[in-house]
Amino acid sequence: MRGKPLVSIVSAGLSKFGKIEGMYGRELFAEAAKEAFERCPNLDPKRDLDALFVGHMGESYEHQGHTGAVAADWAGLIPIPAARVEAACSSSGVALRMGIYSVLSGLCDVVMVGGVEKMTHRSTPEVTEFLAMASDFPFEQWNGMTFPGLYAWMATAHMHKYGTTETQLAHVAVKNHYNGSLNPKAHMQKEITLEQALTSRVIAWPLKLFDCSLITDGASCVILTRPELARKYTDTPVHIIGSGHACDTIGVYEREEFTSIRAARIAAREAYEMAGVEPGDVDVAEVHDCFTIAEIIAYEDLGFCNPGEGGRLAESGETSLKGNIPVNTSGGLKAKGHPVGATGTAQAYEIYLQLTGQAGRRQVADAEIGLSHNVGGAGVTATVHIYRRG
Amino acid sequence: MQQPFTIEQFYRNIAQKKLTGGKCLKCGKIHVPPRSLCDSCLSKEFEWVELAGTGKLLTYTVIHVAPPQFQSMAPYAVGIIQLENGVKIPGIIREVPFEQIRVGMQLTIDYEAASTGHQWPQWPRYYFKPVPA
Ligand SMILES: [Zn+2]
Repeated sequence: MRGKPLVSIVSAGLSKFGKIEGMYGRELFAEAAKEAFERCPNLDPKRDLDALFVGHMGESYEHQGHTGAVAADWAGLIPIPAARVEAACSSSGVALRMGIYSVLSGLCDVVMVGGVEKMTHRSTPEVTEFLAMASDFPFEQWNGMTFPGLYAWMATAHMHKYGTTETQLAHVAVKNHYNGSLNPKAHMQKEITLEQALTSRVIAWPLKLFDCSLITDGASCVILTRPELARKYTDTPVHIIGSGHACDTIGVYEREEFTSIRAARIAAREAYEMAGVEPGDVDVAEVHDCFTIAEIIAYEDLGFCNPGEGGRLAESGETSLKGNIPVNTSGGLKAKGHPVGATGTAQAYEIYLQLTGQAGRRQVADAEIGLSHNVGGAGVTATVHIYRRG
Repeated sequence: MQQPFTIEQFYRNIAQKKLTGGKCLKCGKIHVPPRSLCDSCLSKEFEWVELAGTGKLLTYTVIHVAPPQFQSMAPYAVGIIQLENGVKIPGIIREVPFEQIRVGMQLTIDYEAASTGHQWPQWPRYYFKPVPA
């Protein structure tokens, strides 16, 4: 079983990420679906697709729930069986997992998994409140906690335990903004300096504006099939060879430790074991940098360095495009943007581009093994997927 | 009849200025808030225990960008406090300048009787403040 493809990605699509005025979530999803259909002329979507799973976090943004059917409708796929998958910021990472289940069950041959969120038409306090709904209500929200606040708890604890610095956090932001400047679909395509990051206004101390990912509109999707059918649809499939998924307590305050995300460690172990891959084998990774501290903790949870060394790894440049293990080549949530429900399959989209040599100016030379790490809430849900060039 | 081991009952006890938890009779784990199913051993048998409201600050943040209902309070500090028996609880920290807040400092619980004016939930609030010298 180790290293054997679970499913194969035969196509992928991504809407432009950003402040997309005048377009709703369903219309963004249609943009992503169009790209995936165009990339795969051998696929007849109405005939071949057996199911659709759509990650979507909140009906509050657009006063619109029931997103599975809405997305199916606007992608022209009615009456396909479709369902919304909700796991906060890991909604579409979990949708990807559901897609793998559905293909491996034998019930489906070809499925579309994706995600969507439309956020920028709302005020920052409203978005802050809607996002916080994915955290514990009776104790954390009730005490005025926000998502930046929850990750700030982790940052304070990491700094206290390991001596991680605000400058090390800022290095993550500078790197991801540089990568975003090379991605024509990124929300922010502008480089920033360490100075700018360090002097930006405080959101939830010790996290500042440039430690936070962006409030973004966007949609993403990938099309999965059984590995033995992949060549029917494309000459350049990408195989998913490992998948991990785990949960933790809804209340961050209950955890044993605040410097690591246990669900991500468990999901990573499951995915690495299934794939027969070691952290050192990974050529390119997309990790859940909803906040700069989250990328540093991801380095540690994924085994790219030892616990406590994430800040120094960020500073070393080894995770930049020219480094040993390029991380968030797309610009990450930080610069590409974080339309929460769309993020998990947007990461899969980037890995698909990288492993098929279609990543343009941010291409990692000869990338063969990729990894995506998608976290919902403050470490409440995590999925890790490992990919191999077909 | 025994009080139910619920979040609602936890907050009713807070209104009485009592910090309480549910102790599992099988494995001894103290749950704050109480639960009716022990997440550790799946036992359904509990007893109420009253907790000392003093403990150590494990980590904290200062919220500057707040949700709408907290905006008038911002900036405000929120931390995780570990009580003397190991139980952890989050809370807003008051009566100390932000720059004097330190991981490891001793804090003690403070209750506020005032109604929050919410339709739902109508829970009373508790806070943490430095232990008086
Ligand atoms: Zn128990």
